[in-house]
Amino acid sequence: METLFFYLVAGVAIVSAIFVIKCRNPINSALNLVTTFLCLAVFYVMLESPFMAAIQIIVYAGAIIVLIIFVIMLLNFGKTIKGRYMHGAAGAGLLSVLMLLVASQFVRFGEATGTGGEITSAVIDEIGHTELIGRALFLDFVLPFEIAGVLLLIAILGALILAKQKV
Amino acid sequence: MITVTHYLLLSAILFAIGTFGVLTRKNAIVVFMCIEVMLNAVNLTFVALSRHVGNMDGQIFVFFVMTVAAAEAAVGLALIIAFYRNKESLDVDDFNMLKW
Repeated sequence: METLFFYLVAGVAIVSAIFVIKCRNPINSALNLVTTFLCLAVFYVMLESPFMAAIQIIVYAGAIIVLIIFVIMLLNFGKTIKGRYMHGAAGAGLLSVLMLLVASQFVRFGEATGTGGEITSAVIDEIGHTELIGRALFLDFVLPFEIAGVLLLIAILGALILAKQKV
Repeated sequence: MITVTHYLLLSAILFAIGTFGVLTRKNAIVVFMCIEVMLNAVNLTFVALSRHVGNMDGQIFVFFVMTVAAAEAAVGLALIIAFYRNKESLDVDDFNMLKW
């Protein structure tokens, strides 16, 4: 049952990712991108990481997609979606298929070692996933967390300056 | 039974699709969305291997990837708006002002 569900959601994720690169209109690409993000959130739930699923939906399917759709709506490029919308499909297809083959060779003929860490399903059930993330974030990774805050501040300032003035 | 291999193969497929989109599409916003697909494929790898290994560090890394992706979205879309104001175009073939 779980296997069937996995294949169903994986199929939806792959097909919507293909539609992201195939749709002529960027709005359709953005809507298919939402479907891909939601499928990945489902995978995070299946991997017993509900906090990751929540921020996947809030940050990606919420904030970033809203930003992208705002920009698409703001720049009214009706004329630019006519005509050719792809270039170099043969070379890029060859390159990406080659990359996929190499990656799948590594995955299929390798063995994922290193199991048996301290975070098992029982621990997640007992403590809670959000609390585990919070402990790791505020005990072991405090400095990267602070730097991420500064990074977001700089990104806000940069976006404002770029969008306000004539460059 | 779903093993970590399934997740790794799925994220390899998504990453390849994203690469194809980045290399082929002409619209800058769609290229941007394909980059998001690639970032999400990597996030799936991180979470799957983090659960496989039994360690929280991979998911912390996903948290930071999401932070950087949000910052990148804000700055990248501001750049796209500035470019569109100047050139009236979003075609990546027109992004050649640094070329001499």
